[in-house]
Amino acid sequence: MKYVDEYRRPDLVEDLVRQIRRRASGLDRKVRFMEVCGGHTMAIGRFGIASLLPERIELLSGPGCPVCVTPTTYVDKAIELTSDPSVLLTTFGDLYRVPGSAGTPEEACERGADVRVVYSPRDALGIADSNRQRLVVFLAIGFETTAPTVAATVLEASRRGIANFRVMSGHKTMPEALRALVQAPGIALDGFILPGHVSTVIGPEPYSFLAREFGMACCISGFEPTDILQSILALLEQTLTGEPIVQNEYRRAVRPGGNAVAREEMMKVFEPAAAQWRGLGLIPRSGLDVRAEWGGFRVEPPDPAVPSQEHASCQCSEVLRGRARPTACPLFGKRCTPQSAVGPCMVSSEGACAAYYRYGSVRFEG
Amino acid sequence: MCWAVPLRLVEVSGQAGKVELAGTLREVGLQLISEPQVGDYVLVHAGFAIQKVDQQEAEETLRFLAEVFAGREEA
Repeated sequence: MKYVDEYRRPDLVEDLVRQIRRRASGLDRKVRFMEVCGGHTMAIGRFGIASLLPERIELLSGPGCPVCVTPTTYVDKAIELTSDPSVLLTTFGDLYRVPGSAGTPEEACERGADVRVVYSPRDALGIADSNRQRLVVFLAIGFETTAPTVAATVLEASRRGIANFRVMSGHKTMPEALRALVQAPGIALDGFILPGHVSTVIGPEPYSFLAREFGMACCISGFEPTDILQSILALLEQTLTGEPIVQNEYRRAVRPGGNAVAREEMMKVFEPAAAQWRGLGLIPRSGLDVRAEWGGFRVEPPDPAVPSQEHASCQCSEVLRGRARPTACPLFGKRCTPQSAVGPCMVSSEGACAAYYRYGSVRFEG
Repeated sequence: MCWAVPLRLVEVSGQAGKVELAGTLREVGLQLISEPQVGDYVLVHAGFAIQKVDQQEAEETLRFLAEVFAGREEA
């Protein structure tokens, strides 16, 4: 596949690993980099990247898995909506099996609720178009990558007069969450592998405070092995020279100003709102809600001030902050597996727990 | 979930287009990018093109890796 295979070339991978090892020998301590994005966590596991790194470089997974940070209150509200038989729920597959406090959307479906998995908000709009007598609610979760696609769909619903289409926004935005994360006590990080496709939309600039105010090394990364290794090398160089900046090593997809067209669509439909994050709690202006102007397409999301209800032993909130590895959780691989997940980090295919379960902790811990 | 795949745009008609994926055609929304052209590689996420792949930057990165590291081998 073009623009994929080239970035997996074994000779380039070997060169990068050698270079990282050479530079890491100049470290006088262990450095810790967080890969924020769940897609990066998956790629790191799949390609065994952590096992290629010298011991002095540690990778930690962060809060960049939208399903993992969606609070139970959101799932509960979604299931509640189906008590009205005219409601037809549409959702990305990732959210379908996430447990709220009273089961998953999948279980609600088994009990008779009409819940349909879609690949795109476009598909949800198509269902609304052909079921005009039903109220078709799309469970809109995701970061800045996804929010513009939902915004474009709302605008299309308006244009085509599909008045039975609704979205319940659980959208979240990354920079505010990263600020909350670096400000939280007990988190010692040296840098961030920043999300690739969130950055495609927002560009590098919104992260600049991480380098400026918090001294974090930062690099925007693509998802192939050479992309990730190149970013780790960049973080290492920044750490060694003591000159943190926001570097962009995914220039084929991330322009200096991001994607202004996508941002414009997004901000036409949505406005900043407070959001509740699993693991991070309530963060002001870290979410997006539908503007009053498009209120006809809005379902009120749950109160962001209400915290997520976690299983007493579930460590997801620690895992999402990089404070515990999945294997430190007493439920991991026992009560909690991808087939029967307790916490969201195991449900989502890109959650840190699911990645550890699938690829084995050795691929992450080296 | 922020997964996006680089696919070639083979048809453009108004706000929608078609991309080729493993020999099949899929419809994608084109509202989020400016001036889509047939032949562009676009990053597809959740049924929408969210950016054009910058072909020059894509090649530049590879050239950089190949040249710089080949040069360092002897160092």
